[in-house]
Amino acid sequence: MTTYDLIFYLFALIILVSAFIVVAARNIIYSAFSLLFTFFGVAGIYVLLNADFIAVVQVIIYVGGILVLIIFGVMLTNKITEVEIKTESFQVLPSIIISGIIGGTLVAIFTKTNWKVAEPQILDKTVTEIGRFLVSHYMILFELAGIILLVALIGSVMIARKEKLETEEVEK
Amino acid sequence: MIEQYIPLILAILIALLFSLFLLKASSWFGPQRPNPEKLSTYESGMEPVRTARERFSVKFYIVAIMFIIFDIEVVFLYPWAVNLKNLIDLMGFFIIAEMFIFIIILLAGYLYLLKKGALKWD
Amino acid sequence: MIPDYLAEFFGNKFIGYLIAAALPLFLWILPYALYAVYAERKVSAFMQDRIGPNRVGPKGLFQTIADILKLIQKEDIVPASADKPLFVMAPYVIFAGTFAAFAALPFSSIYIGSNINLGVFYIMAVSSFSVVGILMAGWAGNNKYSLYGAMRSVAQIVSYEVPALLAIVSAVMVIGSLNLNEISEMQTAYFWNWWIFGGPVVGIKKFLLIIPMTIAFIIFFIASLAEVNRTPFDIPEAESELVAGFHTEYTGMKFAMFFLAEYGNMFVVSAISVSIFFGGWQSPFGYLGNSLGISWLIPVEQVFWFLFKGSLLVLVQMWLRWTLPRLRVDQLMTVCWKYLTPYAFINLVLIGIITLF
Repeated sequence: MTTYDLIFYLFALIILVSAFIVVAARNIIYSAFSLLFTFFGVAGIYVLLNADFIAVVQVIIYVGGILVLIIFGVMLTNKITEVEIKTESFQVLPSIIISGIIGGTLVAIFTKTNWKVAEPQILDKTVTEIGRFLVSHYMILFELAGIILLVALIGSVMIARKEKLETEEVEK
Repeated sequence: MIEQYIPLILAILIALLFSLFLLKASSWFGPQRPNPEKLSTYESGMEPVRTARERFSVKFYIVAIMFIIFDIEVVFLYPWAVNLKNLIDLMGFFIIAEMFIFIIILLAGYLYLLKKGALKWD
Repeated sequence: MIPDYLAEFFGNKFIGYLIAAALPLFLWILPYALYAVYAERKVSAFMQDRIGPNRVGPKGLFQTIADILKLIQKEDIVPASADKPLFVMAPYVIFAGTFAAFAALPFSSIYIGSNINLGVFYIMAVSSFSVVGILMAGWAGNNKYSLYGAMRSVAQIVSYEVPALLAIVSAVMVIGSLNLNEISEMQTAYFWNWWIFGGPVVGIKKFLLIIPMTIAFIIFFIASLAEVNRTPFDIPEAESELVAGFHTEYTGMKFAMFFLAEYGNMFVVSAISVSIFFGGWQSPFGYLGNSLGISWLIPVEQVFWFLFKGSLLVLVQMWLRWTLPRLRVDQLMTVCWKYLTPYAFINLVLIGIITLF
């Protein structure tokens, strides 16, 4: 086992444990905060796959943005500490059956497929390659991403505007 | 390339060990004499009223949403910006125009935000 | 490179890298933080026509050491209503986030903890760990001041990250690299080669770039002030209304760690400015080692210049703190979203057009 294997298992352990806490924690705020470690672990795995730019983007957007959004969202909900937010399991039997089927299928696919194993193409500077492809080969998709962001922006404005109207009504 | 990231993991490790050491040191040297008054929430000398964990204004949530959108946009600019010199040699003015279209699309969204007053904090 | 040299010296890469990664902590952050606190108190005293600390040691030089010794003997209080696991974890997360950024700072041409290609981008990313740490601390304390401080602080940091990233990306367009060591190397000795003065290539482009680059620096500097919660953007820890912001409930060494992280962050943002705009570890007037013919003197000079320029910018941050009044929350958001962000975009387009020439 090389050092990189060791690092991989370390990150995998971080991801699994923190993801388990996300699902199993009784207090929803613990779930939100343990996502921090999940995202960190995923970033580490990306680095091990030689995708350092994706790793850093993962941290900057998921930890810095989405996680903050989730925590703000939790704080928006009323009285998190006093109301026991149920994370108990119900419908145990059907869920076991369904997840068993899905898991079994995945394992079957995983073992049956003839995976094509290729030597990884290690780039010295991933970011320049990404930049080159983004503006040449994937140009349309790139501009489309811009439009999707625009739509998201307009959507968030609608939420903001609704809030404003409500406060105005209250003032009246 | 991965090798360059090992020191970063080590740095985080060192930071954690050092913090552990400092906090342990304070528990060795510091006294432990808790009493209910001391353990109560600090509220400038007043009796604490209710819990702090009340509902928060949705404004914070909206700031976070806007941050994510603009952040993703800026992240898209990075690979392009790093490579700009080579790309200009390769494709000329086209490359700048392409990015300007991307920026203009979002600028339209920004102007819409401004017009609708979503950027006001009141 | 020192990490490789250490790895060779100990015959083990791991130990070598571990020691190399620990160097900035013991050789720079701790002494710097102690004396930055001292400097802050002396600067404030000077500006308010007071004397400042003057009892411990000559001119109060050992005051902060005495403070830290005092803090280490303080009781570590975890409030009864606090959320204990998160309360204990928050200082670790914040300090780790701060220190991880130091590992990518180029202290000289031979010492950089980790010479990654994504340098600046990585540092901006790890700062988001501190953001989550702040939320954690504010939530865990179950104190109204902490929670309001944390919410304001996080809203402010994430908002100002947009203009900061934009200012950096507009500089990166001209530079063509994110690696801080490479960026420093390009700005060869003599200050007119710094990127804020248009970079090392002489020509019409250089003169056209001076103004947009200066604007980019100013935008980044203002945004970085907000990111480290310094005045005029210190509403999250406004003493007069929120006691101490998100770390109100923390005592003793935990409190000291928040302080250490805050001063560490101040240096990190200054170091980014220095590396990108002010020549990094390059000396502004050529090297003494070159003219004397002593080659080992050059790296020492480089470390000196890097730390000197960084500390100078930290001093500017302190100077601003004791000069400017605090902004209100709505003003804060207006400055970010209505002024800094559009200006940063315009500046980006401007630099983009200039690079075409």
